[in-house]
Amino acid sequence: MEMLSGAEMVVRALQDEGVEYIFGYPGGSVLHIYDALFQQDSVSHILVRHEQAATHAADGYARATGKPGVVMVTSGPGATNAITGLATAFMDSIPMVVLSGQVRSDWIGDDAFQETDMIGVSRPVVKHSFMVRDAKDIPEIMKKAFYIATTGRPGPVLVDIPKDQTAPNVKNPYEYPKKVKMRSYSPVSRGHSGQIRKALDELMKAKRPVIYAGGGVVQGEGSELLTQLAHRLNFPVTNTLMGLGGFPGTDRQNVGMLGMHGTYEANMTMHSSDVILAVGARLDDRVTNNVKKFCPGAKIIHIDIDPATISKNIMAHIPIVGPVQQVLEEMLAALDEHGGEPDRKALERWWEEIDGWRKVHGMRYETNEDGPMKPQQVVQALYKATKGDAYVTSDVGQHQMFAAQYYQYDKPRRWINSGGLGTMGFGLPAAMGVQFAFPEATVACVTGEGSIQMNIQELSTCLQYGLPVKVININNQALGMVRQWQDMQYGGRHSQSYMESLPDFVKLAEAYGHVGMKITRIEDLDGAMEEAFALKDRLVFMDIYVDPTEHVYPMQIADGSMRDMWLSKTERT
Amino acid sequence: MRRIISILMENEPGALSRVIGLFSQRGYNIETLSVAPTEDSTLSRLTLTTFGNDLKIEQITKHLNKLIEVVKLVDLTEGPHIERELMLIKVKATGAQRAEVKRSVDIFRGQIVDVTSTVYTIQLTGASDKLDAFIGAIGETQVLEVVRSGVSGIARGEKVLSL
Repeated sequence: MEMLSGAEMVVRALQDEGVEYIFGYPGGSVLHIYDALFQQDSVSHILVRHEQAATHAADGYARATGKPGVVMVTSGPGATNAITGLATAFMDSIPMVVLSGQVRSDWIGDDAFQETDMIGVSRPVVKHSFMVRDAKDIPEIMKKAFYIATTGRPGPVLVDIPKDQTAPNVKNPYEYPKKVKMRSYSPVSRGHSGQIRKALDELMKAKRPVIYAGGGVVQGEGSELLTQLAHRLNFPVTNTLMGLGGFPGTDRQNVGMLGMHGTYEANMTMHSSDVILAVGARLDDRVTNNVKKFCPGAKIIHIDIDPATISKNIMAHIPIVGPVQQVLEEMLAALDEHGGEPDRKALERWWEEIDGWRKVHGMRYETNEDGPMKPQQVVQALYKATKGDAYVTSDVGQHQMFAAQYYQYDKPRRWINSGGLGTMGFGLPAAMGVQFAFPEATVACVTGEGSIQMNIQELSTCLQYGLPVKVININNQALGMVRQWQDMQYGGRHSQSYMESLPDFVKLAEAYGHVGMKITRIEDLDGAMEEAFALKDRLVFMDIYVDPTEHVYPMQIADGSMRDMWLSKTERT
Repeated sequence: MRRIISILMENEPGALSRVIGLFSQRGYNIETLSVAPTEDSTLSRLTLTTFGNDLKIEQITKHLNKLIEVVKLVDLTEGPHIERELMLIKVKATGAQRAEVKRSVDIFRGQIVDVTSTVYTIQLTGASDKLDAFIGAIGETQVLEVVRSGVSGIARGEKVLSL
C-alpha cells in the first residue's frame, strides 16, 4: 500500500473525490497541506482575500453545480472567519466540506497561538464535524465528510486537522474507502408508497390545489419531474425564494414567488387553496406569516427529506419523508396507474379566479419620468440584456427581493442567494464560485452599496483569476430594506440606515484592475448593460444610482394571514 | 408532560456536546442527564428527562435522531418502564433526630453509608418522586448536601434498546 503523510492524504482524498477547486487561505496550521497541494495540479486552489469569501465561493459553486464546495482555512481567525459561510450553507442545506487547520494535538487546550475550539464554535452550524486524532484515520474521515455533506438533507461538514497529523515525515498507508458504513447514519432513500398514493388521491379530489415548491426541488434535482407533474395536473405552482427556477418562471402555471414579498396572486392562491402540495420547502416564517392564520382551508401534503422539517411549523396532514426526486417519480408513476383525471371543472374555475388575482397587482410599480431610476427597472434591464439566461447571485436586502421578483428564472440553479441566513456579502464570492464552475456562462451579481462592501476585497481575487463577473450595484445610498422597515414601522426614523461617504465605485473597480461604470439616468441603462455584457472577459462593476425611497411590494402585513399584504405605500388588501 | 428519553450513541469525544448543544440551541430544557458506556464499549447510553407536549417532544426526538452519532433512541414514557435515580444525601443527625432520621431511612428503604457523631450520609434509590418525598419527610432544614445521579430508565418486558 502507498505510504503518505497526513497532508498528502488530505490532498489525495480530494483528488479521489474528484474535487476541481478548493477555495482557501493559507496559514501556519495548514502549511503542510498547502505544501502537498503545491506538488500536484489536479486540484486547483483558489486564493481568496478573506476566509468568509472562500466559504461563499465554495457555496456558490455547490449551488450552481450540485457538487460539494470545498474550503481550506487555517486555525484560529481563519477558522472563525469561515463560520458565517458555514452557517449560510447550513441554513440553505448546501453540501460543503470545510477543512480547518488546528494547532498541534499536544497544544490543544493550552490557548496556543491561533487556537480556537473550532469543533465547538461551529457545532450549531454544521451538519457534522470531525477532528483528526490520528493521521491513519484521514482517508476514512474524508470519505465520511463528503458522504455526509452530500447525502440526505445536504449540509456543511467540518474537518478539523491538527498540524502534527499532517507532518510530512510521518507516513501511513493510504487507501481511499470505496464505501461508507455508518450504523448511526442512513438517510432515507424512499418515500412511503402508501403515503404517496394517499397524497395522490387527495390531489385528484382537490378543487383549489397549489404546488408550493422550495429549495429542495432545486437541490434534490426534482425540477423536471415537478414540472411534469404540474403540467399533467394543470395545478398552479408557486416557488419559494430558494426554489426559484425549480419550476420555470415564465410558465403560464407559475403564479410567482410566495411569502413576505411574494406576488399577490401567489399569496392569494395559497390562502384560498384546499390542498397544498409542499415539496422540499420548510413552511418557514417568511412564507407562512402568522401560523395560526395560515391557509385555513388547506390540507397539507408535505414532501421533504428531513423528517424534522415536517410538521415543525405547520402540521402536515399527509407527511412524506423521502428524496424529492424519488417521491415525485413514484407519484408520477402512481398517476399513470391511477388513470383518472383531476377535477377539470373545478380547476377551470380555480384558474379563472387566479387569473383575476393576476390582474390586481401584476408587480406594477410607479416610475417617474424625471425622477431617479427605480431598482425594479435595473433588474428588468438585466433580464433583457442577459436574455433571462444568466446565473444571478445576490446579496441581501431590497435588491435581493427585486432580483427574485423581476428576473424570471426558467432553469434550476440559476438563482443563487442566501435565503435562510440572509448573509450580506454573499453575492460577489458566490458569483466567483459560479464562474469557476461555468467559465463561459454569464454571471451577474445583483447587489447593493451596503452588501457589496461586506466582501468587496474579492474584486482582487476576480482579477487574479480573470473572472468576468458583472456586478450590478443597485445603489440607493441606503440600507434599503432596513430603511423600508423604518419607514413602515418606526415613523420614518432612519436610524443608521443611510450610507454616507460611499466610495467612488468606478475608481474602486478601476483600482482593482476592472471596468467601472456609473449610471444615473434611465435612458443610459440598456445601453450600459449591453456594453457591460459585451465585455466577455472583463469584470464590470456597474454602479447604478436608484431611488432611495422605493419599497419592495407586495409585503405581507406582520402577524396577518398570507393574503394580508401591502401592495404599495398606500394600498393594502 | 415529563418525558424520559433514552439514547444509544457512539461513545466518541464530542458526541455528548452535540446532544447538549441541540437542547440549548433549540430552546429545549434538560431536567436530568446521565450518561455512561454500555456493555459494548463503542456505545454510550444517555438518559435525559425533559418537559414538553407531544409536538415539542416529536421535534426533539427528530432532531436528536438527525445527530450523526445518535444510533437509536426511545421515549420511555411512551410505554411501561422502570426508572431509577440514585441519591446520596448528607443530613444533620444529632440528639433525638438521629433516631428519627434512621426511621425515615428505613421506611424509604435507604441505607446509611457513612456516619459521624453529627451527620448521616444516606444512599437512596428509586423514582425521582420517591427521592423528593424523602427530602420532604426528613424536613429540608436537616439537609446539608444532596447529590443525585439523574434518571436512568429501561423499558419493561421484552422491549430493548440495542443495535
